[in-house]
Amino acid sequence: MLAELGLSNADELFRSIPADVQMGRPLKVTDPLAEPEVIAALEEMAAKNTAATKPSFLGAGVYSHFSPTIVDHLIQRSEFFTSYTPYQPEISQGTLQYIFEFQTLVCQLTGMEVANASMYDGSTSMAEAYLMAQRVTRRNKIVVAKSVHPEYRDVAVTYAQHGDTEIVEIGYDETGRVAGLEALDNDTAALVVQSPNFFGCIEDLQALADAAHAVGALLVVTVTEAISLGLLKTPGSCGADIVVGEGQSWGIPMSFGGPHVGFFATQEKYVRQMPGRLCGVAYDKDGNRGFVLTLSTREQHIRREKATSNICTNQGLIALAATIYMEAMGKKGLKEVAEQNAAKASYAKTKIAEIDGYSMPFLSPTFNEFVVRGPRPATDILEAVRANGIVGGLALSKYYAGHDNDFLVCVTETNSRQQIDVLVNNLRSSY
Amino acid sequence: MSITKVTQHPTQNEGLIFERSQTGRVGYRLPKLDVPGSDAIPAELRRDDDLEGMPEVSEVDVIRHFTRISTWNYSIDLGMYPLGSCTMKYNSRLNEKVARIGGYTNLHPLAPEEESQGALELMYRLQEDLAEITGLPGVSLQPAAGAQGEMTGVMLIRAFLDKRDGDASADRRVMLIPESAHGTNPASAALAGFTVKAIRANADGLTDMEHLRQLCDEGGVAGLMLTNPNTVGIFETNIKEICDTIHAAGGLVYMDGANMNALVGVARPGDMGVDVIHLNLHKTFSTPHGGGGPGCGPCCCTAELAEFLPVPRIEKSGDRFHLNYDLPESIGRVKAFFGNFGMMVRALSYIYTHGAEGLREATETAVLNARYVAEKLKDTYHKPYNADCMHEAIFSHKHQSAKGVVTLDIAKRLIDYGFHPPTVYFPLVVEGAMLIEPTESVGRADLDAFIDAMRSIDREISESPELVTNAPHSTRIGRLDEAAAARKPVLRWRAETDAMTSGA
Repeated sequence: MLAELGLSNADELFRSIPADVQMGRPLKVTDPLAEPEVIAALEEMAAKNTAATKPSFLGAGVYSHFSPTIVDHLIQRSEFFTSYTPYQPEISQGTLQYIFEFQTLVCQLTGMEVANASMYDGSTSMAEAYLMAQRVTRRNKIVVAKSVHPEYRDVAVTYAQHGDTEIVEIGYDETGRVAGLEALDNDTAALVVQSPNFFGCIEDLQALADAAHAVGALLVVTVTEAISLGLLKTPGSCGADIVVGEGQSWGIPMSFGGPHVGFFATQEKYVRQMPGRLCGVAYDKDGNRGFVLTLSTREQHIRREKATSNICTNQGLIALAATIYMEAMGKKGLKEVAEQNAAKASYAKTKIAEIDGYSMPFLSPTFNEFVVRGPRPATDILEAVRANGIVGGLALSKYYAGHDNDFLVCVTETNSRQQIDVLVNNLRSSY
Repeated sequence: MSITKVTQHPTQNEGLIFERSQTGRVGYRLPKLDVPGSDAIPAELRRDDDLEGMPEVSEVDVIRHFTRISTWNYSIDLGMYPLGSCTMKYNSRLNEKVARIGGYTNLHPLAPEEESQGALELMYRLQEDLAEITGLPGVSLQPAAGAQGEMTGVMLIRAFLDKRDGDASADRRVMLIPESAHGTNPASAALAGFTVKAIRANADGLTDMEHLRQLCDEGGVAGLMLTNPNTVGIFETNIKEICDTIHAAGGLVYMDGANMNALVGVARPGDMGVDVIHLNLHKTFSTPHGGGGPGCGPCCCTAELAEFLPVPRIEKSGDRFHLNYDLPESIGRVKAFFGNFGMMVRALSYIYTHGAEGLREATETAVLNARYVAEKLKDTYHKPYNADCMHEAIFSHKHQSAKGVVTLDIAKRLIDYGFHPPTVYFPLVVEGAMLIEPTESVGRADLDAFIDAMRSIDREISESPELVTNAPHSTRIGRLDEAAAARKPVLRWRAETDAMTSGA
């Protein structure tokens, strides 16, 4: 082939690169490894992740849930995982149809009218909600609860730092719910809350919606534990204007924090202000139904610096996994798994509350996570529990000052009663 | 031969899952609840709609549903997918296997550091390799995709200028971007508070140096966002001079790494004078495109910019790895946790498999393949620039549009020949652009078949143009009316409407 191009060696392919910017030496990376060597090298590193094999009560935005076998099987079909953005709808109907189903499922679970084709993750989805609320209301102030995931709030600060956004953080009361709504005023674009919130407490979304709407602001509800949507009143039915969140719980492995999948839903009247891709119904000239990416005049490839977001892709394959999960679990399964989470967490909460020296600082109802106040610094308690092979939860001091003795415990359907009992015994003995 | 587009064949007519739903069907089994049921959550907080609309299907329903609709997709595993600027190379199954090792998939991101050492080590090693490949020592793996890597990159520039210039930084808010750039470039620049000025290209498809100098002379230049090789597939030969010009004007250079597959092992952005680059692991490092994601868009920068990288950063002391959150100059977090870790495992597996020698060979083959296509099609399709292309070849429809057939038609007809069309109508600077990126994952026989198909389509345009303008003929569905879809958007299924199933 080189000869046909009039070249005598491969180096000549790069004649347009000036010699002084060519490397002129081999890269200093490993020599090529054979397949078994690659496997061995990566298994060796994986084995050092000892937390991956231990009973764990960590949640805080990433959850251990059972995923039906077919989820990971189906996403490995070549047609799904080696295709790209459906630029050519005639040969991308598989991708487009599952995106349409994903959008529908998200709408039904959140109680909203429209949802997009997915975002990178929950945190970036929430950051985009800040920006969208500002576009919709033409106001700049965002009032966000401190009980929203701290890393989500950090990401939103990064996204908003060069706009004219004013971010006001409000606290929580002794029940663990949002407090400080007096910060809402006529300059407020949105009230941003999380439910269940970072402490696991279920917010009174209806009251929050009323408070936001009273000043002409939008209510943005963030959901980090998507399994809760199978049991809790939908944010949409409570009056939320934008619902964003993390779909990792829908059958996606924890994978040290990613890739996961964000969702973004709103009311139909705001659809042209949404970020991200949207898939809609279209017909060919014979009237056959198909699906296409639509309303793309909002997007960067057309509007460039005036686009509603800089996002280009969605989270394709992970959105597919979430779609398969939601459909395989279906109406009954999504309810059952949510009930199991609530019941197991309630069992654990009750048992831990019975231990001398332990209490529950927040009184609001919780879903599958709750804060425990221990008799001494939480980091010490968790360290003692870990010595017995259990990851007992997350010390709140990682994110919140003044909560030294508090830790967040998450219980899902993957935690057996026996695991919970062992945790309880360990906490008792580490008094 | 006449091909019927939509038949009654069940695999071609799979409906929406909601249309398959039958009351009472289930597709999962959970263990029995081993604790007492709970009514701790009061009724007023519970949903009361019985999850209206959620499907009720069996496991085999789900398997058939997705298997059927999957067959309506074209994919890399099926054949050549020469989507320019997207680098649709082969996705090794080995990478999939190692990314699924339980020690990675079952690892919680908030697990104690001492029990996550393998994951931190893997990220650290990948960072080191990417630093070596780009010649830029500061690396963050946190950005979730290319566009987020771009945003991170320009925010680093913004943070650097704010620190260097103090209040005077406010007078430096112009980001120069070639008119041929990806739309994400200006959109990301806007998020960092910059205004955009477009740089023209010259007749050779390269940055117009005179225009660049003129824009720099106008003042206020914060930096330049440049793709190299650029979006018409040509290496910016003056790259050093370009970087020098921007630096002399007080700005920094961000390079869009979308086209890094043309450079790995051959030339390094750091050696060209670039200050910061993002990489697309899903392009250059073969992590799967997955129908549109997940991506992973690491950001690599000079030592000077490293203090501004997203928080946290992974550091090594002795043989232990830890996360440093104490980075006062950081632009902040761009994503929760540490980025798309699963993609990092795959990318490192790709680097391990290829080694130094294999990485360079992949680059050579990718460039050779594109050069071959450029050479073999230049007599049939209009080649807008004379310069040698790098890893992608650009053509326009100029010769064919004179006969009433445009790029879109040619693209649709290629589908009938068994190929995914190239990127079309991008970049905008070439009217009716067709951007062809074969990648290293095709052999000569495939390239020849593609070239034959393109030539054959050109003949058809002269002999029977309607064959091309009505294409595709072999797919289960014809061209869809996108304009009508946007006028009256239907973005979800609803139980009560029958508009979903009947023709428009």
